[in-house]
Amino acid sequence: MELVIAIFIGLLYACGVYLLLRRSIVKLILGVFVISNATNLIIFLSGGVTRSGVSFIGSEAEKASLETMTDPLPQALILTAIVIGLGIAAYILALKYKYFETTGTHDLDQLSKTDQK
Amino acid sequence: MEQLAIVLIGLIFLMGLMVPLLRPLFKNYTGRILALVPFALFGALTILFFTLPDQTSRIIETGFGFLPEMQFTFRIDGVSLIFGMMVSGIGGLVLGYSSFYMAKYAGRTKFYFFLVLFMGAMLGLVFADNLLALFIFWELTSITSFFLIGFDHDKEKPRQASLQALLLTAFGGLCLLFAVILIGNLAGTYSLSELYDKGFRFGAHSDYHLVFLLVSVAVATKSAQFPFHFWLPGAMNAPTPISAYLHSATMVNAGIFLLLRLNPVLGGTILWKSALILAGGITMFIGAFFALGQKDLKRILAFTTISALGTMVMLIGMNTSASIKAALIFFIVHGLYKGGLFMVAGIIDKNTGTRDIDKLGGLLKTMPITSIAGILALLSMSGLPPMLGFIGKELIYDAKVQIPELSWLVIPLGVAANMMMVAISVLVFYEIFLSRRNKKPIALKQPEKRLPGNFLAGPVALALVGLGLGMAPGWLEDTMANAMYFIQSEVVDIDLALWHGFNQVLLLSIFTVAMGVLIFVFRRPIGKLVRIIIGWTDQYHLPDHFNKLIKNYLSFAGKHTNRIQHGYHRYYLMTFFAATFVLVIYQLFSADDGWFPVKQVSPLQIHVIVVLLVAMMGVIFAIFTKSRISAIISLGVLGYGISVLYMLYGAVDLAITQFLAETVIMVIFVMVIYHLPDFAVLSSKKSRVRDALIAAGVGVMITLIVLKARFINLETPVSEFFAENSFLEGHGRNIVNVILVDFRALDTLGEITVLGLAAAGVFSLLRFDLKDKNTKK
Repeated sequence: MELVIAIFIGLLYACGVYLLLRRSIVKLILGVFVISNATNLIIFLSGGVTRSGVSFIGSEAEKASLETMTDPLPQALILTAIVIGLGIAAYILALKYKYFETTGTHDLDQLSKTDQK
Repeated sequence: MEQLAIVLIGLIFLMGLMVPLLRPLFKNYTGRILALVPFALFGALTILFFTLPDQTSRIIETGFGFLPEMQFTFRIDGVSLIFGMMVSGIGGLVLGYSSFYMAKYAGRTKFYFFLVLFMGAMLGLVFADNLLALFIFWELTSITSFFLIGFDHDKEKPRQASLQALLLTAFGGLCLLFAVILIGNLAGTYSLSELYDKGFRFGAHSDYHLVFLLVSVAVATKSAQFPFHFWLPGAMNAPTPISAYLHSATMVNAGIFLLLRLNPVLGGTILWKSALILAGGITMFIGAFFALGQKDLKRILAFTTISALGTMVMLIGMNTSASIKAALIFFIVHGLYKGGLFMVAGIIDKNTGTRDIDKLGGLLKTMPITSIAGILALLSMSGLPPMLGFIGKELIYDAKVQIPELSWLVIPLGVAANMMMVAISVLVFYEIFLSRRNKKPIALKQPEKRLPGNFLAGPVALALVGLGLGMAPGWLEDTMANAMYFIQSEVVDIDLALWHGFNQVLLLSIFTVAMGVLIFVFRRPIGKLVRIIIGWTDQYHLPDHFNKLIKNYLSFAGKHTNRIQHGYHRYYLMTFFAATFVLVIYQLFSADDGWFPVKQVSPLQIHVIVVLLVAMMGVIFAIFTKSRISAIISLGVLGYGISVLYMLYGAVDLAITQFLAETVIMVIFVMVIYHLPDFAVLSSKKSRVRDALIAAGVGVMITLIVLKARFINLETPVSEFFAENSFLEGHGRNIVNVILVDFRALDTLGEITVLGLAAAGVFSLLRFDLKDKNTKK
């Protein structure tokens, strides 16, 4: 399964990079999203995908064993990453909106002409 | 007394910075009042001069500095005293002189500001014990002299001259910094005193050649040695008081000072001797030679300075006690007469309106006091008794005679240069002060009696000191002996006198003077010849070549930068991806611990694979679709797909967060994109293929890295700790949540801050209306 997920991540990166290299800003933003998702997956994979138990401590127990449940640490990291990604996404999109409103183009090669419309 | 001296140096700096405040208070007296501090320092140094015991130095720790290695520690010994007295004494006279010379100039505040700071920097350089501090003061003199040389910044010539001086001396400064760091690393200390005490000598070290090269470039640029001599004549574009100061005691002499300071550490090797003697000898000769062909009094003086600097460098290169002694005395001699002559030139320029020796004449009658001061200085320059210059020249000849292996080179060069110096002195004396033949008498703007007495004080004082020291050179002996001890690290007896008996050296002197007078007699044909040669060398006019070099360098840098900083984000990214790809792949292939994780491999699960396939199709569709909405929705497919994947592997918190975040992003996206046009195909087919190849490469690289990463075994995963303590310490059963809000609560606080900032950013972006602003304009 690890091999499949690793290939999946590689494909996501390939698509993300391809989108990053486009001239359209929207596609560039899409590329950033794809790559950030793929990166989250890398972190997730590092915790292992052999176990699929929920990382909860049972209602009777005081401790949990890592034997059965998914590693909680990567999850915590990814959770932070997703939320921050949301913040970035909102900001980029607002920026993009303003940019288009000011310049009337979404071609990055026109970026030098921001001041004239 | 030592502390007082250092406090006074500090006061000079403070005063320099306060000039803008002080000048409105002191008005036209600024120069004279500012001069009091260097004079006070001169007094303090004089007391030290007569009280400093032999073979001792005084180290003063100020406890002020940036690092333990970089403390502003000061060192008072014979060398720094001799240089310090020249800098402060002539500095005071120059300030007083400027008070009159600059009286009608605009920008006097700026003038005094930089002049006083320059003086402080030079004093700091002379007294510094720490090599890094010495370097800082060295650079400070370069920077302040840049502003002084370019004082008339509204004219083209001074601007160019000052830039040239700055570029060259700053280049030398960089070399000095490297040399200082090298010395510091090799010796383990930046303190001159420690270097002296421990007797470090780098002559045999394998890095010696590099250190010597760096130091000699620093010295050659600062002290205008061949082939870097060309900036100095340009520097005379500065107002005369500045020329007087730069040439006599400061700036160009910093290189000489550095050589003397480093002589115990670096000196005495074959390389040191041959390089310095050669460079100094050439500089000495061409300086005097070019001076013969000049008509402008200041230019003549500038070229003779080059010659004098060459003499000093050559003497230090010889590295015998006779030659070092000669170099020290010659430094004093040169400072005294050159400062005096520049001041005389300034007075003549002010009072007649010209510096052309062909137009001037007969000043001895009309301006007797100025003339006598000038003539005394000229006597010193040509090395005639009873001036100190005579002793200086005798010592120089003595030193040259005493090194038999090189005397065949240095004696002819030295005698030739000195002959020309004598000829120049006689020429200047004759043309300016005596001759009225074939010339209209030059009109004075005001008779000399009406000139302010203090205006004349500077050159007169310097001339008298030169005369006095010539008569009674014994005063210098003790301090010279002390200086010699720290330059040569051996005890040398100093015995100075005008009359040394009838010997080989005296014969050489008589011969030199006779030949000099002979050159003067045949000045017309010789002058013509010199000018022809100068005209011929003008095609190799170094300042122009230097300017061309700088210009070419700038245009090269411009083209180069345009190529690298082209402004297309995708080419930046391509460079970045391609470089990373090559490096990572190389690293992956050079390590050989397998490709595929053997242990901990989970079996294939069909339902997961289906989810992945669906998500992948979403992304691929997002790439190719032309409709914005479809692109966003298909991207949503990816997001939700990953969310499901998290769910399948038991990460519930992740799944729900991803789901919510994806939804919010899609909503914002739709709101924004609603206003945008459809995607246009902006790139050519060729570039799409190229991008696809790069993208595929990156994909392969990432897959390999992810697989490889599975081999990394972390010794003690911290997750164990969380699993055990989440309930007991954090009182929560959802371990992920406890990590976020308890164990790593500060991270979460940071995350909230980022979100807050992003929200503020979005808010202000939407509020801030660029369009309105533009239309209002």
